[in-house]
Amino acid sequence: MTFSPALEERFAKLLTSYPAGRTRSAVVPMLLYAQDELGWVSRELIEEVARRTGVTAVQVDEVIGYYSMLRRHPIGKHLVQVCTNICCMVVGGQDLFEHASKTLGVGHKGTTTDGLFTLEEVECMGACSWAPAIQVGYDFHHQVTPERFDRLIEGLRNAEAETRKV
Amino acid sequence: MLYNEPSPLEVKVVTRRFGKPDSEKIDTYLADEGYEAFKKTLTLTPEAIIDELKASSLRGRGGAGFPTGLKWSFVPRNTGKPAYIICNSDESEPGTCKDRLLMENDPHQLIEGMLIAGWTVRSPAGYIFIRGEYRYLIDIVDRAVAEAYERGFLGKNILGSGWDHDIYTHTGAGAYECGEESALLESLEGKRGIPRLKPPFPAVVGAFQCPTILNNCETFSAIPAIFRQGAEWFASLGPPKNGGTRMMCVSGHVNKPGVYELPLGFPLMRLINEVCGGMRNGKKLKAVIPGGSSSPCLRAEECDIGLDFDSIAKAKSMAGSGGIVVLDEDTDIVGLALRTIKFYQHESCGWCIPCREGTTWLKKILERYHGGGGREKDIDLIHEIAKGMFGRTFCALGDAAAMPTYTFIEKFRDEFEAYLQKSRPKQIPELALL
Ligand SMILES: Cc1cc2nc3c(=O)[nH]c(=O)nc-3n(C[C@H](O)[C@H](O)[C@H](O)COP(=O)(O)O)c2cc1C
Ligand code: FES
Repeated sequence: MTFSPALEERFAKLLTSYPAGRTRSAVVPMLLYAQDELGWVSRELIEEVARRTGVTAVQVDEVIGYYSMLRRHPIGKHLVQVCTNICCMVVGGQDLFEHASKTLGVGHKGTTTDGLFTLEEVECMGACSWAPAIQVGYDFHHQVTPERFDRLIEGLRNAEAETRKV
Repeated sequence: MLYNEPSPLEVKVVTRRFGKPDSEKIDTYLADEGYEAFKKTLTLTPEAIIDELKASSLRGRGGAGFPTGLKWSFVPRNTGKPAYIICNSDESEPGTCKDRLLMENDPHQLIEGMLIAGWTVRSPAGYIFIRGEYRYLIDIVDRAVAEAYERGFLGKNILGSGWDHDIYTHTGAGAYECGEESALLESLEGKRGIPRLKPPFPAVVGAFQCPTILNNCETFSAIPAIFRQGAEWFASLGPPKNGGTRMMCVSGHVNKPGVYELPLGFPLMRLINEVCGGMRNGKKLKAVIPGGSSSPCLRAEECDIGLDFDSIAKAKSMAGSGGIVVLDEDTDIVGLALRTIKFYQHESCGWCIPCREGTTWLKKILERYHGGGGREKDIDLIHEIAKGMFGRTFCALGDAAAMPTYTFIEKFRDEFEAYLQKSRPKQIPELALL
């Protein structure tokens, strides 16, 4: 498989980041960084990471089910994650998730029919003092109200419509 | 960036540079006496460094509050193996959001703390394990590490000492269990994050089966100040055996939730009323979860305590990770107990049976109870299962799930009972009831 130069650079660095003979350590970071570029972890990627780190494909495969961020299927363009853990819940996080579900018309792990958004209810994301919190991709949004949520989604939809026009 | 207004009552040690322009850059760090503490330790013996740390009474900020100097003293020397430095920035205990700020605003302070650890045990390398969701922080920390190499604080023959040291970031990929130190070390080796049998503790057999200093991000970040301003000064900030300050992450029903750096021992009620502007909407306080979601809650009348490890332990809870969740009179404790156990059930790694099965059954019963299908004997059943799990799991995740659960029942039994009155009578087959 070929990757972008930036990802190749990351891979090269990862392979020399651990003590000698310990390239297996690079498996999880490689999968996650590659997923960021490709959208998901394919069979082909598993085999590629196994080859590059010198471990078996099974040793790569077995971590995927363990780590919640790694996924075996493509998802929507924007991953919208709403935290409903306790600090968010007590200030409206659960309601926010339900609102998000209504706005997007999908449930937990559902993807909108236009392929633009995947919604996920997630555990604490480290924004408890600025709750309720969501992440869109890797971007944090703090103290999110239903109105702010809708504006954010609308902004992303409009941006997508613009790029399609061009 | 700061996400909440600071409070005038704060005592800024690890956050002293937060909010300054370019605080994450090495030039501004050097202008603020950055790396001076490390230079000082280059002239000290390992024993002298560890003695100073012990005198500071710094205790781990990751959860257990273990004395840091003592922990470092357990690292064996002359084993013929290298020793590694691991920074735990997995930060996943619900209620906790401080390591994020430390890496975002002052990554060089963390690097300096790790360097001091590295020099103490003449370590060749350190790893910063950052939870995967914190991708933007990996970029910030990577840039800071690169700057430190450029200025000769990392790499070969650091500042002419003859000592070589490298620091790398390592990303997690979504797993609370990987914050548990031995599971973290498995994850660092590219495996599923399953805890290791202890002993041996990581100090003796840790990263890559070698001696290891493993501390929380805030613990490392506090170390430069200790060597800059002295152990005595640091110790004097808090009560005996509880040196320094702590980033207290306040969430829930207060007017000004936020992360505030306060001396250990700071009164909890002053934190709520003065630092955080009191309860939201003039409501009454019902309970406080003082140290992340795994710590047993305190009822309002138990909240007249200081926020240090020993005082909170005396109140039969724990200072834990510094996540303080303030709950008002309208809080539904049964709903809270359910959400809490859902989290631990989701995050249980499945390795040991008491934790895997215990969290699953607790979730099932609480779900049914919360949904209106509760029976009176469920209350004792939930309590019994949680008590039965406590202390009997492979790692402390099982305890983390058990403690809040049985405490909610012990302290708010009346609320569980009141739920029964609300319950919809429901025909549930006997099997499902268990
Ligand atoms: C289930 C579980 C999760 C944990 N998560 C974290 C974490 O996210 N960050 C952390 O620093 N410590 C966490 N800990 C505590 C670590 O095991 C370890 O004690 C700590 O990182 C040691 O650092 P310290 O001595 O500086 O506190 C966790 C412990 C358990 C049992
Ligand atoms: S509980 Fe939602 S971010 Fe921590």
